[in-house]
Amino acid sequence: MSFDLSLILDALPKMLMGIGLTFQLLILSGFLGLVLAILVMLMRISGTWWLSWPAQAYIYVLRGTPILVQIFIVYYGFPQLEFIRESFLWPVFRDPFGCAVVALTLNTAAYVSEILRGGVLGVDRGVLEAGEALGLSKSQRFIYLTTPIATRLALPAYGNDIISLLKSTALASTITLMEMTGIARTIVAQTYAPYEIFVSLAIVYMILTFLIQKLLARIERFLGRYTIRES
Amino acid sequence: MTNAQPLIQMKSVGKHFGDFQALKDINLSVSKGERIVVCGPSGSGKSTMIRCINRLERHDEGQIFIGEIELTDDLKDLNAVRREVGMVFQSFNLFPHMTIVKNLMLAQRLVRKTSKQEAHEVAMHYLERVKIPEQANKYPIQLSGGQQQRVAIARALCMKPEVMLFDEPTSALDPEMIHEVLDVMVDLAKDGMTMICVTHEMGFARSVADRVIFMDGGEILEQAPPEEFFGNPQRARTKLFLSQILQH
Repeated sequence: MSFDLSLILDALPKMLMGIGLTFQLLILSGFLGLVLAILVMLMRISGTWWLSWPAQAYIYVLRGTPILVQIFIVYYGFPQLEFIRESFLWPVFRDPFGCAVVALTLNTAAYVSEILRGGVLGVDRGVLEAGEALGLSKSQRFIYLTTPIATRLALPAYGNDIISLLKSTALASTITLMEMTGIARTIVAQTYAPYEIFVSLAIVYMILTFLIQKLLARIERFLGRYTIRES
Repeated sequence: MTNAQPLIQMKSVGKHFGDFQALKDINLSVSKGERIVVCGPSGSGKSTMIRCINRLERHDEGQIFIGEIELTDDLKDLNAVRREVGMVFQSFNLFPHMTIVKNLMLAQRLVRKTSKQEAHEVAMHYLERVKIPEQANKYPIQLSGGQQQRVAIARALCMKPEVMLFDEPTSALDPEMIHEVLDVMVDLAKDGMTMICVTHEMGFARSVADRVIFMDGGEILEQAPPEEFFGNPQRARTKLFLSQILQH
């Protein structure tokens, strides 16, 4: 089997035209997903059943179904519902980009909320008691003690989810979005050279993952500066 | 606050953890300036008792008064009580993500609403008092256990509390570090701080305490000035305990 280098050199710039869309999906759903995840996590640990149960149900449903199915439900399913067509959200669901962002956001939020909960549970009970004994209120303890410590604890697992999200953006190609994978599929359909095209696409994702890893490692070093013994 | 009014008063206090009775009919009155050492075997309720005083644990029987304020569920401003009661823990419990000086400033800023500059001055004052001002900008993990515990004491003192509670402050320390912490505590006692110390440091009890309390099974079995407590313990249980911890 031959490996046609010129094909790759031809296809790479075309695929990279989709990198902007890939990044838009990643950053938008990463950000919205984090905001939603914080909300879901706070509901989950609230200790109030009518907040905690919906949060648990949400997490169960979103983790219990394939993300591809979720994308299809949002893209093909929601427009069937009249109240969605008539709501102010219709512009979002009419647009495949909007659907992809919604599905990716909902999916990543379920996982990230559990990651954040792990961080919160990992905060040393004694540290919080010390804050309590000094007269810090519950919300002050949460803001000044739990949040910074939990962030540090949750970061490695959170980084994992960001990288996973990067690759989930490829699924947006199934609902007509021309991000990198979508473009690659088009090129393959034209050239019948799946091997060269998909391997080079894979390498692009690996390079992006590498860059994200480096960025996360930097953030981790910064947030973890208090865990290193020598000054 | 007059001398007649005890600073801390516990009346028939009881506490259960499920079926386990952790405290049984505790009656204790502590006046301003008094130094009390609480000892007893593990599981005897010493820690639970002092944790009830700043309501880290809730008692379920009897009454506890801090000054004139009774600790109840309806208490609107529990934190107003807590800032008058300093606490030092066995495991130091410094805020790991903050430098030493920030550890000392946080509650001053948030609870006492002190200005940044004043909070910093107060923090440095107490760091000097526990003899480690040069560590101000380090993180807790960079300090030895003894240093961390001294920082924890300074952090509590920054709130200018009326009373200090010590929950086995030297139990997690290597022998050579116990001294530096006890020195700070002896200093505090000399300055007239009201103190309740759960500890097995009997040398400290002898030299500093006004009263030694012996607990077992959630009850106060015996309380007496140290000469009497060590010289002529009344209960067989106390004698046994003392013989066990003093024989080495």
